[in-house]
Amino acid sequence: MRTAFIEALTERAAEDPRVMLLVADLGFGVVTDFARRFPKQFLNVGVAEQNLAGVATGLALSGKIVFTYSIANFPILRCLEQLRNDVCYHKANVTSVSVGGGFSYGALGMTHHGTEDLAILRSLPRMKVIAPGDPLEAKAATHAASEGIGPVYLRLGRAGEPTVHSGPIDWQLGRAITVREGTDMTIISTGAMLQTACQTADLLAPQGIAARVISMHTIKPLDEVAILKAAQETGHVVTLEEHSCLGGLGGAVAEVLAEASLPNVRFRRFGIPSEFTKQVGSQEYLREVHGLTPGALAEAMVMKKIA
Amino acid sequence: MSETQETVRSLAKRIRLHATRMIHTAKSSHLGSNLSMAELMAVLYKRILNVSPETIDDPDRDRLILSKGHAAAGYYAVLAECGFFPLEWLDDFYVDGARLAGHATRGIPGIEVSSGALGHGLAMGAGMALAGKRDEAPYRVFALLSDGECDEGSTWEAAMLAAHHGLDNLVAIIDYNKIQALGHTRDVVDLEPFADKWTAFGWAVREINGHNLEEIETTLSSVPFETGRPSCVIAHTVKGKGVSFMEDELLWHYRNPQGEEYERALAELEGQA
Repeated sequence: MRTAFIEALTERAAEDPRVMLLVADLGFGVVTDFARRFPKQFLNVGVAEQNLAGVATGLALSGKIVFTYSIANFPILRCLEQLRNDVCYHKANVTSVSVGGGFSYGALGMTHHGTEDLAILRSLPRMKVIAPGDPLEAKAATHAASEGIGPVYLRLGRAGEPTVHSGPIDWQLGRAITVREGTDMTIISTGAMLQTACQTADLLAPQGIAARVISMHTIKPLDEVAILKAAQETGHVVTLEEHSCLGGLGGAVAEVLAEASLPNVRFRRFGIPSEFTKQVGSQEYLREVHGLTPGALAEAMVMKKIA
Repeated sequence: MSETQETVRSLAKRIRLHATRMIHTAKSSHLGSNLSMAELMAVLYKRILNVSPETIDDPDRDRLILSKGHAAAGYYAVLAECGFFPLEWLDDFYVDGARLAGHATRGIPGIEVSSGALGHGLAMGAGMALAGKRDEAPYRVFALLSDGECDEGSTWEAAMLAAHHGLDNLVAIIDYNKIQALGHTRDVVDLEPFADKWTAFGWAVREINGHNLEEIETTLSSVPFETGRPSCVIAHTVKGKGVSFMEDELLWHYRNPQGEEYERALAELEGQA
């Protein structure tokens, strides 16, 4: 996703001189070419995330379309007040890009686990929250944000995620993508869990469960229509995210379902408990720890289905 | 005194009177912070800033950021006096359903950015100045900071960046009234040697009497002090300036004048030249 992002941004920077990339001294090997090619559209503010957000706002208020880029929590939590007061209040064209959503940087430890970002950013007025499911979605989201649509939080995984979509996609902000059809239940996934969602559906199929898979790449504004349709048509909705179960995709979908009060709809959130993950290991390992592998998920979903 | 100087002096006086009346009526706070910056604001709007009610959307206008957003009453007052919006708006400052909130808010004509959380202004100003440099635009960016917000690390992040990029179109003015929310700056977290700090961060620094109109104008007219460096003006001021019993008193960061105190404050301010 990181590669798709920088490629898309490079395309846009070439077309539109207002597009800028600001980094807080991270992005080795990722931003180098961009910096060389567009020196007037690039800035490294140093290890100073508050400044990253504040300077980005000043640039945006002077006509620029700014992308800020850093790792996991750094470009969002360190400067949360700048995002709220400076970026969001002023409707500044600033997209905060965080690379390393979830456990992408798992082995680096707790500081590098981006596991509360969706919940926190979703609560900011005017902030759009996007977590693409694969590189194709990351590219499309980058193009959309680069048009200057106000404050955006763009949560990326890292490099090397597989492309899940088999063909071209019609990606629109706030419009979920149905990746596969199904009538028995719906797995709503966000971010880099999309592949896991599809693999889980593969495991459910031989057990006679046809699972619909939806990529909810935009957490805010949320595609409530897709959620309610899934609930009505399949009667069983689960959410899947590499994020705390509090307030992220699961929380957002729960809000919609609770207010809709549909009869006979089952619902369950799959994610991470609201705890610090102390186990040491890779993304794959930490997903396993939290039961976020296709096998564990399929088993839990079947049990829930039978119960 | 020349006619021009008289105009500026009169504006400073009216900023103080408006702010005192507004804060009295609203029963709000931060009067001392408004009184300390009256001359700075009067000179900026009458003599320095290339902006007017007709040019608030002109890409080449000078920008002022009131980073010490708690001094909103005086800010609204100077904008209204200079015709950015009707003076009547000042009457319902802080009132339910009114336009003017207790901290400076973008959307009010002439206000560039919302402020109120300290330590945000200089970074936004640096961003604007950087855009000006990259676009080769003629405008300047002035950020008026409180001394207290120089406790914020973010202020120094922006200071370092501005110097590194040679933003000589950026001017930081510090209303150094020496009192912050819980005491004198020297007792809370001493800023001294203050000028040396800005110099060490790469800024061209001048220290002035922030109540001396001529000194303020001369200084702000000569920015950038050095080509290739941002300019810092440390304006030595007195918190609560103009009302004898408010001067250098922490209490007037909070208290609003009522009854006899209000009458005395108005009388003292009215009586000034």
